Amino acid sequence: MKQRLNYEGVAIAAPFTMPYQRYSIDTAHWWIAKALRGSLDAAGVAPTDIDGFSVASFTLAPDTAVGLTQHLGLCPRWLDNIPMGGASASVALRRAARAIQAGDANIVACVAGDTNQIDSFRNMLSSFSRFAMDASYPYGYGGPNANFALLTDCYMQTYGATREDFGRLCVAQRDNALRNPNALMKKPLTLDDYINARPIADPIALFDCVMPCAGSECFLVMSEEEAQRRQVPYATIGSAIERHNAHAEDDIQLRGGWTMDIDELYAMAECTPTDIDLLQTYDDYPVISMMQIEDLGFCAKGEAPEFVRSHDLTVNGDFPHNTSGGQLSAGQAGAAGGFIGMVEAIRQVTGTAGATQVKEASTALVSGFGMINYDRGVCSSASILKTGARA
Amino acid sequence: MTDELLPPPRKDPQKRTLSPTRPPEARSRASLGLSAAAAEGRFALQVCAECNTVQYPPRDACSRCIGTDLHWQDIAATGQLLADTVIQTSTKLYFRERAPWRMGSVKLDAGPVVLCHIHSDCEKNSAVTMLNRLDASGQGVLLAIPTIRTTHMEDDPQLRALSADPRHRRILITDAWNPNTPTLANALIEAGASTVFVGESESWRPHPNRDALAAIDKVEVLPLDVTDTASVKKLAGEIGGKTDILINNARFMRPGGVLDRGDTGFAKEEMEVNYLGMMRLAQAFGPAMCARTTDGVNSAVAWVNILSVNALSNSPDYGCFSASNAAAYSLSQSLRGEFRGAGLRVMNVFVGPTDDAWYQPLPPPKVLPPAIARSLVDGLQRGLEDVWCGDVAKDVRDRWRRDPKVLEREMTNGGDGA
Repeated sequence: MKQRLNYEGVAIAAPFTMPYQRYSIDTAHWWIAKALRGSLDAAGVAPTDIDGFSVASFTLAPDTAVGLTQHLGLCPRWLDNIPMGGASASVALRRAARAIQAGDANIVACVAGDTNQIDSFRNMLSSFSRFAMDASYPYGYGGPNANFALLTDCYMQTYGATREDFGRLCVAQRDNALRNPNALMKKPLTLDDYINARPIADPIALFDCVMPCAGSECFLVMSEEEAQRRQVPYATIGSAIERHNAHAEDDIQLRGGWTMDIDELYAMAECTPTDIDLLQTYDDYPVISMMQIEDLGFCAKGEAPEFVRSHDLTVNGDFPHNTSGGQLSAGQAGAAGGFIGMVEAIRQVTGTAGATQVKEASTALVSGFGMINYDRGVCSSASILKTGARA
Repeated sequence: MTDELLPPPRKDPQKRTLSPTRPPEARSRASLGLSAAAAEGRFALQVCAECNTVQYPPRDACSRCIGTDLHWQDIAATGQLLADTVIQTSTKLYFRERAPWRMGSVKLDAGPVVLCHIHSDCEKNSAVTMLNRLDASGQGVLLAIPTIRTTHMEDDPQLRALSADPRHRRILITDAWNPNTPTLANALIEAGASTVFVGESESWRPHPNRDALAAIDKVEVLPLDVTDTASVKKLAGEIGGKTDILINNARFMRPGGVLDRGDTGFAKEEMEVNYLGMMRLAQAFGPAMCARTTDGVNSAVAWVNILSVNALSNSPDYGCFSASNAAAYSLSQSLRGEFRGAGLRVMNVFVGPTDDAWYQPLPPPKVLPPAIARSLVDGLQRGLEDVWCGDVAKDVRDRWRRDPKVLEREMTNGGDGA
């Protein structure tokens, strides 16, 4: 197979997070506008300078990216709508990067945002996918909690992971979240709190689950020259991958699509797992973070429980992971949950992460995972970001 | 092991009766094949005609060869439990009110992995048998049960929710005069029914079932004439709030087609009993039953019609009677739609010619009351919608499914002339 082109010459800049709220009376349109404006202001870019626009959202209905152009007064010549939930960020990034390389767009704004009104989570569940409607929800209507309970149950049986192992990961993320003023969870979490939490869908308990909330995230993709001309800190793209419906033959999901593309991920970025300064996994449930730690090559399959036992996953630890607290502690703002790791990684490698800054971080791996269409997450993505220009 | 389900205590009239809630009803059209199979108690999955792949969830194209020639076929109902969970909380009221709820994933021996309900007696990683049953929304759902029977297995709440089990329930049989009534009453009591009410019209006339019914403990004979709206309403006022299963076996029949009769007298009577009788019963008993589908162990659960299989395709020897049954069958479909929102099931038992006086001129095979009783109790226990009782009923069903027009031609032979 022909080696794909690398992503050289492309800059990713102006990360912006609109602080999350548990419930919001505002719409997805409002949240997206807030994040977009935040990134534009950060880079000194006018709305009319945007000629590429990429949107990920679950709660825009009946609108899509198309409706948003008129709603927000944008006139892009390149438009993308990314319906891939937790895998959205790397997917949006690599497509936007190709548009920049090809000259189809000069500046692409990639935004993800969702509102969370009372009952909007329940409504989203009921129309999530056809297979879910036909073959998953009629069985106890546990939503993603039930699906991930099954994966967690199988993972524990297969690899001997314990609830304490998952708990270590959650506790470390809460430590990180306490440094992030925008995180919804503000109280420290102990391993005892984790173990004794209210059961949700055995073996999943309260602190294995993310809290649905409203929020939005945005970043800009442009050429390095453009970023330099505008004098904004930026990251470069070492590599980026996406994969859908991988390993369909597996009876139950214990690995994701990353395993199919991991060699190219590191080869294109000219690095290895030991060069990664921090990892942002998609953490809707801790078992999925463990799966990513394995599938992205930080340890062998089934060894993530031992890996979290022997590593410190906090900001100042030897394996900084989900440095802003991740979704488990900062909240899951719908499709913005797919962006939280990306936006934080851009901050990290550009030295703008503030209280969550990992010292001298120059290489970050961002991983995405999304869309429980039936019994497993269908989409996976990842990208390696490197320092372009620090603040 | 499952705890034995005990008879419920007397209902506390001061407590609010729970409003009916239901599991999700929405399905894609492809998925309704599962419900159609569940209506008859079959475990069937989609199979690709081109590459023979068995697939699940149901699709519009084969996930192996993208062929679109897909058929529902009966499949070996065995598999292995892969993973399971107990859902403690749900945003859907039906499950929230019934939590904790066990579900999991099963690797079928036929290939696909399915998410399904899990019986509480299934052990981790054990071999399981799959049931395809209608849930309270009237949709087919899969339940894994232990392959080896366990004690009081039917009393598992998740399994019972997928049935209309007569156990601990109060049942009304509408027509004491029907030759099958004493046998039905006995079979239901044997299946655990707590009370069998039997409606009796024209109580002043002697009939052969009276002594037989009087001899059965737990049977209460009450006045009911399904052709008389006042009589139906009166009985509904007395027992409508404690009728959990209604079995409409009222039947008026005379042989003959249109030209065998000089007037519409018998036809009117057939419609009064077989069609309008069902309507009167539904108008009087339906609302109370619909309001009680979430009323605990002895909740209202099913409406049963016993119909001639010639409701599907007319038999001119009994042409007018067949027509009244076709009307009744059509009305039962309306009732299904109307009861669906409450989760009250409508089960039709289609019967071939029965072995009684009005079918005397027909040759065997004929259906005897014990066969009807077995089909009916089994159908309730398995929560079926369509039950085919006797060889003739199954034969007509199969011909009708193969080609309704061919069946009609077969049924309407004029006989060889000179």
